[in-house]
Amino acid sequence: MTATAETTAGSRGSQPPVPDGAVTVTVKIRRFNPEFDDEPRWDSFDIPALPSDRVLNLLHYIKWYVDGTLTFRRSCAHGICGSDAMRINGVNRLACKVLLKDLLQKGDKQTTITIEPIKGLPVNKDLLVDMEPFFEAFRAVKPYLVTYGNEPTRERIQSVADRERFDDTTKCILCACCTTSCPVYWTEGSYFGPAAIVNAHRFIFDSRDEGAEERLDILNDIDGVWRCRTTFNCTDACPRGIQVTKAIQEVKRALLFKRV
Amino acid sequence: MSLALDKPRQPRRPAARRSNGELYSWLFMRLSGLLLVVLVLGHLFIMNILDGGVHKINFGFVAGRWASPFWQFWDLAMLWLAQIHGGNGLRTVINDYARKDSTRFWLKMLLYVSMVLIISLGTFVIFTFDPNISN
Repeated sequence: MTATAETTAGSRGSQPPVPDGAVTVTVKIRRFNPEFDDEPRWDSFDIPALPSDRVLNLLHYIKWYVDGTLTFRRSCAHGICGSDAMRINGVNRLACKVLLKDLLQKGDKQTTITIEPIKGLPVNKDLLVDMEPFFEAFRAVKPYLVTYGNEPTRERIQSVADRERFDDTTKCILCACCTTSCPVYWTEGSYFGPAAIVNAHRFIFDSRDEGAEERLDILNDIDGVWRCRTTFNCTDACPRGIQVTKAIQEVKRALLFKRV
Repeated sequence: MSLALDKPRQPRRPAARRSNGELYSWLFMRLSGLLLVVLVLGHLFIMNILDGGVHKINFGFVAGRWASPFWQFWDLAMLWLAQIHGGNGLRTVINDYARKDSTRFWLKMLLYVSMVLIISLGTFVIFTFDPNISN
């Protein structure tokens, strides 16, 4: 094992010089190390940061220069890959899309930013959760093109109007912000969750797809769309601005009137 | 514990049951809710506001109302709809919040038994009410 449990050193050595215009903010992180902790604990870090920084920059600063054991996911760091979904000040956001200047307290008051792992999924370590239950629900709705009969020799043509019907739900990046903001998902993990329904919606309303009936059958189940209580947490959480609750309601309507 | 990657493509969810039960229960909640708005607000208005309000209610008033099949039907519809609407709502709450299968089962049993009891008792009273009772 090369990693050390030492909590006073970052992975990139000594701290860089503090830039002009930096403010000191307190970052309070809910941490859990399965090797040592029985219960999650809160750790606070006072670090210098620029108002133009993103929350991800603060996490990088802590990991690189203060505490190298801090664990979180991130990949592209530009709001495309959907790796760094976390609960920032109580709401699900992508750490790479939240600017510090939007979280700063007015006047000279000290700013505290709380960061927790997304809720409803098992925590592996610190902000890193096991996404498998989330992806299992995603796979269960057949999120791929289903067609029958012979393959056409040309591409499958679609009108602009037909494409428009599911345009909103094509934006999903599977970050799990919506699903892990849903109170029904927190208490009852067998619910498919908003993200799975959004990805089912993307194919159900696609004129080229022929699997709508199968997916609607799956979502008509006790763990499907009827569990949705329209609390709109998902719509509020989505970093891509997808109207998640509206998509769920459209699936309900398709089931109700047996018409896609 | 078996290896998590044992059969990665194995579906872990049971196949869809292809029943419309949840759809009908969802639809029932909307329709009965609309009806209950009329029935309950009408009931409250008649009982508490019209003709001197709550002070007019006595045995004779109730007996007079239930002499008419219209009010019998009104009260019967209110009883059944409110019980099933509220019971179905509680069922979803239990489904959402009970953590153990056994807790979920027994809470639901308690709910169903209480629903059946109250619905049968109320229906029994509405249909067998005797205004000439002497004690």
